[in-house]
Amino acid sequence: MENFDVIIVGGGPAGLSAAISAANAGMKTVVIERGDYPGTKNVMGGILYTKATGMVVPEFWKEAPLERPIIEQRIAMLSGDETIMAGYRDPAWAVDPYNAHSILRVKFDRWLAQQAEKAGAMIITETLVEDLLYQSNNVVGVRTGRAEGDLGAKVVILAEGVNNFLAVKAGLAKPLKPASVAVTVKEVIALPKEKIEDRFCLEEGQGATIELYGDSTAGLMGVGFIYTNKDSISIGVGAILEPMIRNNWTPNDLLENLKSKPYVKRLLQGGETKEYLAHLIPEGGYTQVPKLHRQGVLVVGDTAMLMNSLNREGSNLAMISGKIAGEVAAQSIKAGDVSDQAMTVYETRLRDSFVLKDLHHYRHMGKFFEENTHLLKAYPKIFSKAAKMYLTADGTPKKERQKEIIKMVFENRSKAGLLKDMYGAWRALL
Amino acid sequence: MHFVVCLKQVPDTSEVRIDPVTNTLMREGVPSIINPYDAHGLEEAIRLKEKVGGKVTIVSMGPPQAKEALKKAMSFGADRAILLSDRAFGGSDSLATAYILSSALQKIHETEPIDLVFAGKEAIDGDTAQTGPGIAQRLGFPQLTYAIKVRELTDTTVTVERKTESGRQIVQAQLPALITVEKELNDLSYASLPNMMKAAAYEPEMWNFNSLPFDVTQMGLKGSPTSVSRIFAPPGRTGGEIIDGMKDPKGTAESVVQKIFQQNIIMVHPLAKGGKH
Repeated sequence: MENFDVIIVGGGPAGLSAAISAANAGMKTVVIERGDYPGTKNVMGGILYTKATGMVVPEFWKEAPLERPIIEQRIAMLSGDETIMAGYRDPAWAVDPYNAHSILRVKFDRWLAQQAEKAGAMIITETLVEDLLYQSNNVVGVRTGRAEGDLGAKVVILAEGVNNFLAVKAGLAKPLKPASVAVTVKEVIALPKEKIEDRFCLEEGQGATIELYGDSTAGLMGVGFIYTNKDSISIGVGAILEPMIRNNWTPNDLLENLKSKPYVKRLLQGGETKEYLAHLIPEGGYTQVPKLHRQGVLVVGDTAMLMNSLNREGSNLAMISGKIAGEVAAQSIKAGDVSDQAMTVYETRLRDSFVLKDLHHYRHMGKFFEENTHLLKAYPKIFSKAAKMYLTADGTPKKERQKEIIKMVFENRSKAGLLKDMYGAWRALL
Repeated sequence: MHFVVCLKQVPDTSEVRIDPVTNTLMREGVPSIINPYDAHGLEEAIRLKEKVGGKVTIVSMGPPQAKEALKKAMSFGADRAILLSDRAFGGSDSLATAYILSSALQKIHETEPIDLVFAGKEAIDGDTAQTGPGIAQRLGFPQLTYAIKVRELTDTTVTVERKTESGRQIVQAQLPALITVEKELNDLSYASLPNMMKAAAYEPEMWNFNSLPFDVTQMGLKGSPTSVSRIFAPPGRTGGEIIDGMKDPKGTAESVVQKIFQQNIIMVHPLAKGGKH
């Protein structure tokens, strides 16, 4: 049996970041990935944040396969055929210092794996880790599905993604519940770059994002998204699994519903679907974060439920958690102490960073939306009605029209209800 | 015993499409794989090595990216991999490729005598089935083609079962010999973890034009008499005729029978007389 300092289960952003920091610290490191190569099984909406990625691979934007730097973020609220929009645009984001880029994971993750190899980590693909190896109660390695498949390790980092089989087996996490995961489906639709730039008012080398609320998810708790790539558009929609099951929606129904909206349809027109992807997203939030460590084990990324869906941040939380885990693993190994006590440094550092701070900040959000399912149905309708009334020039004096609008709002939602929603939203989000 | 496997990296043809305008292969974004027939040759070489002992050497010609295929091939338990890669080799047809590969095998043979060479019966991107036999011819090795089973291997002979159009043949050759293989030869096995790790750390040997006393006139576009005049996609199928049988079952049945005979799908035997259909 070959022995390593650090074994990382899973070749996504969290696992590969852990590999880079562990290998940079001189650890004998291996990443075990079940796909043909890192990236083949990895899915996200498609936005990569510069700051976090740069902490893992400095100046990565000079070499990494990126699509477009994001200079504009729009929010759209759909109600039937009507749309309300808001957004922010700054062309300064098209150059260093960037804020975020659109990416295609199949290319980016493969590149990140090459960086891990350059740092000295070994990548083993097409291999599934089936269990951890124990010696009495201590984790001492992993068992893979291959012949002679045991490997020894001082620290195992679980970066297995949202499907947390090993973390559950090790008693660190609970099995996923349909209420705490979202299912997201996505298509990559090819379009000539000129068309993309015209439709989204972009120059070459600029990108835009749109998040779509309301009818984009047919009133289910979730969000739709459209991201511009170099010569394709990523469009997708995600919603919490439990209400989808209850309402008998399939992921594909949701996507087709979104694509049929007039505002969306025109953006995609003439494009050819090149890829169809689907994945689960951990949406449990702060209260569902599993135990992050035990003797010889650290849990990172999606497996650790590190996901801030409101700000659509996930890969950056994953990468920072991976980076810290790799560093903590190396420190503990060098100090000759990989006990649970030594591993708590990982959790402390996550708590001191934005990763757990953001999750803690939004800790009431999941429950708030879960208990107030009317929000995504009622408000898009109220807002678009109000906007339409306000903008329609039909000879009604404005003072009268404003009264009508206020009346309409109260007809759709009582004063008490409005106050309750506002207080709830304030508690959940601010 | 020294086994050599000739192996090619090919585009996964199940994912290649033809540009309808230019009629050229659209290779961009198409994953590369080990030519499936070659994989069975490799599997057989590894199995024989495990049985009788010895060494497996993989030889391939291709662009530098083909290193990936060789690393993967190593994970099945091979001992050495050599990639012949040089701009001078580019554009070679099967004649020139057989020249280049056989030159490399000759060099290997001089230092580590070869007993048995395996090659796929053909590559799935060209389907010529010429390179394997071309190598055997140039090396002066007997060739056993379209093998579906290696029945016996002794110190001096190899006996294989080969597939022919009319059945099977059992043939024997003196070693050293070259075998081209069908997929039926064996079932591919799953690499062990130690072999995966060995392969992940392995760097294939790179040979170029200067590694051997090559004759430049026998390679590349100039050394390749084959010219491809045109590549085209077979015409797409047109949809069939759909007859609604619910409206008039009897009439429908009759018209279907008529169509079957009109199109000679079933023919009336000339000796059948007086039959009414």
